[in-house]
Amino acid sequence: MSKHTLSVLVENKPGVLARVAGLFSRRGFNIESLAVGPTEHEDISRMTIVVSVDELPLEQVTKQLNKLVNVIKIVELEPAAAVRRELLLVKVRADAGVRSQVLETVQLFRAKVVDVSPEALTIEVTGTADKLDALLRMLEPYGVREMVQSGMVAIGRGARSITAPAR
Amino acid sequence: MTSASPRQVPANQQHRSPKPGPPAAPKPAPPAATPIRVTGASALVRSLEAVGCEIVFGIPGGTIMPAYDALLDSAVLRHVLVRHEQGAGHAATGYAQATGNVGVCMATSGPGATNLVTALADAYMDSVSVVAITGQQSRALIGTDAFQEADICGITMPITKHNVLVTDPADIPRAVAEAFHLAATGRPGPVLVDIPKDVLQESTVFSWPPELRLPGYRPTTRPHGKQILQAARLITTAQRPVLYIGGGVIKARATAELRELVELTGVPVVTTLMARGAFPDSHPLHLGMPGMHGTVAAVAAMQRADLLIALGTRFDDRVTGKVASFAPDAKVVHADIDPAEISKNRTADVPIVGDCKEIITELISAVRAERDSVGTADLSAWIRQTSGWQTTYPLGYDWPADGSLSPQYVIERIGAIAGPDAIYTAGVGQHQMWAAQFIHYEKPATWINSGGLGTMGFAVPAAMGAKFGRPDTVVWAIDGDGCFQMTNQELATCAIEGAPIKVAVINNGNLGMVRQWQNLFYAERYSHTDLGTHKHRIPDFVLLAEALGGVGLRCEAKDDVDATISRAMEITDRPVVVDFVVGKDAQVWPMVAAGTGNDQIMAARGIRPLFDDEDQR
Repeated sequence: MSKHTLSVLVENKPGVLARVAGLFSRRGFNIESLAVGPTEHEDISRMTIVVSVDELPLEQVTKQLNKLVNVIKIVELEPAAAVRRELLLVKVRADAGVRSQVLETVQLFRAKVVDVSPEALTIEVTGTADKLDALLRMLEPYGVREMVQSGMVAIGRGARSITAPAR
Repeated sequence: MTSASPRQVPANQQHRSPKPGPPAAPKPAPPAATPIRVTGASALVRSLEAVGCEIVFGIPGGTIMPAYDALLDSAVLRHVLVRHEQGAGHAATGYAQATGNVGVCMATSGPGATNLVTALADAYMDSVSVVAITGQQSRALIGTDAFQEADICGITMPITKHNVLVTDPADIPRAVAEAFHLAATGRPGPVLVDIPKDVLQESTVFSWPPELRLPGYRPTTRPHGKQILQAARLITTAQRPVLYIGGGVIKARATAELRELVELTGVPVVTTLMARGAFPDSHPLHLGMPGMHGTVAAVAAMQRADLLIALGTRFDDRVTGKVASFAPDAKVVHADIDPAEISKNRTADVPIVGDCKEIITELISAVRAERDSVGTADLSAWIRQTSGWQTTYPLGYDWPADGSLSPQYVIERIGAIAGPDAIYTAGVGQHQMWAAQFIHYEKPATWINSGGLGTMGFAVPAAMGAKFGRPDTVVWAIDGDGCFQMTNQELATCAIEGAPIKVAVINNGNLGMVRQWQNLFYAERYSHTDLGTHKHRIPDFVLLAEALGGVGLRCEAKDDVDATISRAMEITDRPVVVDFVVGKDAQVWPMVAAGTGNDQIMAARGIRPLFDDEDQR
C-alpha cells in the first residue's frame, strides 16, 4: 500500500465533513490524515486527505467521493509536484540545565519557541511528516510532555490553480 | 377454495393517474410565476405540484402537520394515507418503477422518519428514484433530544443518494427541485428532504422555477466515442460473447435499443434479477437469469464467454459467485452511468460511462460500421452450445413427493393466466426466485422486486404503489407467508384508497429460503423457521384478507389452481388475497452455493452439469 494525497474541493455546507468521513469508514478506506479549511472562494472548502491504499482501491475512493453531491472536485497531488506541510506543537521538558541544548535543536530545525515556562518550552514547527518526525526524535530524550499535530495540507507547485476552474 | 362474503367497500376514489406504458420523461416545470407570499408548507406543496408530483404516500404527525394542512388545499396532489411509513416508502418505490416517475413519500419526524429507513435503503440499493419529505423538530429544538427528534439526515446519509435539512423557508422550492433532479437523473436513487416544523410555518416568498445549485453534480450521460469503438471491435470479433443486462437498461428506457443490438449482433442475452423484462423471455437468444439461482444456460454461458458486454449492471456477488472464478476467460466491456461501479468488483477492459440508451444507440452504429468494414465473427457454434445448455438444463421442478401443492406450479400458472401485461411484485426469498424464474416477462417495468437489499415485506406496498401508478394494469404481489406478515396492513390502505391488487401468498408455513439453507448447509437443523402458519393456521390469511377489506381465497390442490387464479382475476373492486397452501420442502434450483464459484452450479439437488466433458477443457 502506498500513501496518496487528495485535494478535495467541497461545498462549504454543514455536514459535508461527516459525509466524507462516513464514506471512508463505511467503504473500509483508511484515512491517514485529514485537514479542512476555507479557500479563496467563500462557498468552497478544501480538504486534504491522505489515504493508504493501492492504485485500484484509490480509484474507488475517488469515484465514491465524486458521487457525493457536495464534492466538487478531486485532485491527486503527486509528492514531487506539491508542497506538503504539517504543523506540530510540542511541549518539551526543559529546565535551566538543558534549555540551551533544546533551543539549539529548535534552531537547527528552523522551529519556533511559542511559549516558555521555568519547566518547559512549547515549540512550533511546520514541515513534512519526515521533518516533524526527526525533530520529535531529537526532543524525546528531554521528555515530551504533550504534543498536537495537524493533518497535512498540500498545494500543487507552479502557477496552476485547482480552484480556479471550479466555478 | 373459499370465498369471502361480499362486503361494502368505500366508493372507489377517482384518482388521477399517469399514463400507463413505458416510463415517461420527467415533466418540465410550469413557467415562472410572479413571486407570492406563502407559508413554507404551502411552498412545499406548490413545489411538489410544480415538479410534476401527482401522488404522495405518507402519514401525518406532529412536525409535518403544517405540510398536511397545506396538502388539503391542493387540487393536484393526491395523498394516500398508508398504515406504516415503511409502506409509504415501498409504495413510492413500486410507483416509481411502474411508471418511471419519481415516487414520493412523506412522514413526520422521529419514528415516522426512521420507519422510512428500510424503504430508503431498499430504493438506494436498487437505484430507484424516490423523494422522501420528512418533518423535523423546530430549528431551536434541534439537538436537544426534543420529542420525536431524530437526526434523519445523519441516519440516512449512507442509504440515500443525497439528503438535506432545509433551514430557511425560502430554500424549500430549490430543495424540492434539486431533490427531484437528483433522484431522477444520473444513477437514480432516493433523496430525503428534512424540513423543521417552524420552517414550514414561517412566511416566505414562493417563485418557480428555482435555480438549481449543484456544482458537484454532473452525471456523464454521453459515452466516450473511443470507448464505443473499442467495445464495437470486441463485440464483432468475440467468439463467445454474452450480453449481461442489468436494471440500468430498464431505468434508461433502453429496452428497444437493446433488442435492436441483439438482433444486429446475434449475441445471447442474460437478464439479472433487476433486469427481468428488459428483454423478452420468449426470444430464442435469451438465456434467462444469471447468478445464484439463475438458469444453467445463463451461468454456463457467462463462465465460458470470451466477452461479457455488461450494460447497466454491477457485478453483484449474487451474480458472480466467487469473483475470482467468475467468467475466467472473458474480457469485459462494462457500461454504466455510475463510474464507481466500473471495475469495482471486476476489472473492465473497456469501461464506458454514460446513459445506457445513448450507449446502446452508439454501439449499434459502431457495430454496424465495424461489420460493414471488416465483418463479424461467426457465432453459430457458440449459439449451438448455448441453446444446447438451454435444451439440456431447462428450468424445472419436481412435484412434491408428499403430494402437496407445488409452489412453482402456482407461480407459473399465475404468470400464464395474468399474462405478460400484468405487473408482478415480490417479497424476498424462495417465492421471489420462483417468480423471477417461472413467470415469463416480455416487457420492461412488469417485474418489481427488492433485489439489492432483499427486503422482506416489499411485495404488498410495492404492488400498491404500482397499482396507483398504473391503475388499468393487473398487479399481482407474489408473496411468502413470512413476508406477507410484515406489511399486510397496507391491504387496508388498498381497500380504502382504491388499489385492488392481487396477492398470492405462497404459504409454505416457513421462512422458506432460510429453511432451504438449513436443509442444505446446516444439517437439517431447522432453527426458528417454522412460522406455524400451517400447523395452527395462524393467521388465517382468508380471514385476515377479509378483515382488511379484501377478498380471501384459499387453494390447496392442483386442480383448483387455475380456477382460483381466474376467480382472483375477476375481482376488480377490492384487493384479493389467495392463500396458496404449498409444500414446505420445495427448493429453489438451480443453485450456486454462497461463496463457491459459478462452475459449481447445481442444476438440481445432486445434479452438477458436466461442462468439462463438452469442452475438453
